[in-house]
Amino acid sequence: MNGVPSSTYFSAPPDWGWLIVLYFFFGGLAGGSYFLASLIDLFGRSEDRPLSHLGYYIPFPCVILSGLLLTLDLQRPERFWHMLIESNTYRPMFKYWSPMSIGSWALLIFGIFALVSFLGALADAEHIPWAAWRKVHPPSLLGRFIAAIGGIFGFYVAGYTGVLLSVTNRPIWSDTPLLGMLFIVSAASISAALMILLAGKSRWTMPGLRDLHRVDVWLVVLEFIVLIALMISLGPVFRAWLSAWGLLLLIGVVIVGMLLPLALSWRSQWLGEWNMKTTAALILLGGFLLRLVIVFSAEGV
Amino acid sequence: MAEPMGFYTDTTVCIGCKACEVACKEWNQLPSTNGGLNTLSGDSYDNTRQLDGIHWRHVKFIEQFTEDRKDGRWLLMSDVCKHCVHAACLEVCPTNAIVRTEFDTVVIQSDVCNGCRDCIAACPFGVIETNPVSGTAQKCTLCYDRMQGGMEPACSKACPTQSIQFGTIKDLRGRAQKRVEQLHQAGEKRAYLYGADDKMLGGLNSFYLLVDKPEVYGLPPDPKMPTRNLDASSMFSVLGAVLVGLIGIFNFRNRGASER
Repeated sequence: MNGVPSSTYFSAPPDWGWLIVLYFFFGGLAGGSYFLASLIDLFGRSEDRPLSHLGYYIPFPCVILSGLLLTLDLQRPERFWHMLIESNTYRPMFKYWSPMSIGSWALLIFGIFALVSFLGALADAEHIPWAAWRKVHPPSLLGRFIAAIGGIFGFYVAGYTGVLLSVTNRPIWSDTPLLGMLFIVSAASISAALMILLAGKSRWTMPGLRDLHRVDVWLVVLEFIVLIALMISLGPVFRAWLSAWGLLLLIGVVIVGMLLPLALSWRSQWLGEWNMKTTAALILLGGFLLRLVIVFSAEGV
Repeated sequence: MAEPMGFYTDTTVCIGCKACEVACKEWNQLPSTNGGLNTLSGDSYDNTRQLDGIHWRHVKFIEQFTEDRKDGRWLLMSDVCKHCVHAACLEVCPTNAIVRTEFDTVVIQSDVCNGCRDCIAACPFGVIETNPVSGTAQKCTLCYDRMQGGMEPACSKACPTQSIQFGTIKDLRGRAQKRVEQLHQAGEKRAYLYGADDKMLGGLNSFYLLVDKPEVYGLPPDPKMPTRNLDASSMFSVLGAVLVGLIGIFNFRNRGASER
């Protein structure tokens, strides 16, 4: 093909830069934290509740930040509402086949769940004196329902960004169907990592912390497998990563963000009490660099 | 709906005069330079370099010369939005800023676009870019305003060699097919039509007569719709969510069971 490995090389870059990288990161943290918190609430023990509270504290600020980042990234930020309301007719704007359209609605709806659960967790932990809000927090039936539905929306927000990139005609992004899966697994792993880091600074002794660490290790293993599968699925387009971005992917994401944390978990005596926190910090860094490489490496082709 | 209208561009008679570029800029009031930021290519007569928010027509200068430059040829092609029947940009646009007109052409409504740039990433031809003045995505409208007034687009009107021809798609396809046959009879066996049938994105309402591979002209050999990945990508994402859920449930449940 005249030296070009795919027809996607004839498209133009959309100039999605740092704001989008940050959105992918914080959006992933928002969705992943909510999903993990709801899992802990629905399947864990009551002793783990402080950990689930922590999981519900993260999404709301992250969703607010995500909305701001997305709005700022628009060339006409004052028209952000055109994503939700058709500006000519004032009817709801919804295209089920456009990930950006569904994603806008999902972010809005998830934001409502994030706010409700944020307040519910604060009330349940008695940080705010609004006892009525405890009803929206598990173990009440309403609370379980909200956690289950919010968790699904959370995962949607964490993963649709990868699908959105695949539903383009850009090199790398649209040359694999695995970006959504990678982003979902990565969102869960960085969220578990952030929860471990934040829990480490708190006064709580959290019973579920070691379980969360174990979950995170399994997630990193899964993420590694998905990343390798993604590289294979790229076929000849993989050549695009024979560059500085590929080097960053190898060193920053694979070695520092995946293999080193796995090694630290395997040899837990290496850093003693700092082992778990160091592992979490490296996973978080790797998750950020993953999004950075995915966005910028395709922009640069 | 009126009959589908479009362009047929015969690249074999393009002389690279750029009258189409100038006419397009004049009619659509596009700036000649982006606030002085435009740079010269430095190695070609092609200083427009690409289609973007302020260049809706681009005459490509493709030089095919031997190293000693004793033998060679110029390939000249006036590129423009393809106004695809199955338009990738229109498909993904989350604000419905991109619409199909009664002439079966594709137009971006600048007052609706919010500059998300999803269409830029979706277009397989790299046609769309942000206009720095309006802050919205822009491209050729096939002179929608002129067509509504019964006039032909500015570029085809200005073209001195009839390289750019405007008309109904049915008529243009007939004309183009005759021209290919004429070239074949004259010995130019490489001549063929790019995008003139329904196989490529349902048909390009701006199609081309080429004499080399599409890649040589900077055109994708097999442009695809972005939603081709939607189902597979969504399914794998669901699989990812299920696996993450199972890992979480197994670990939290396992612990609960073992400690009870």
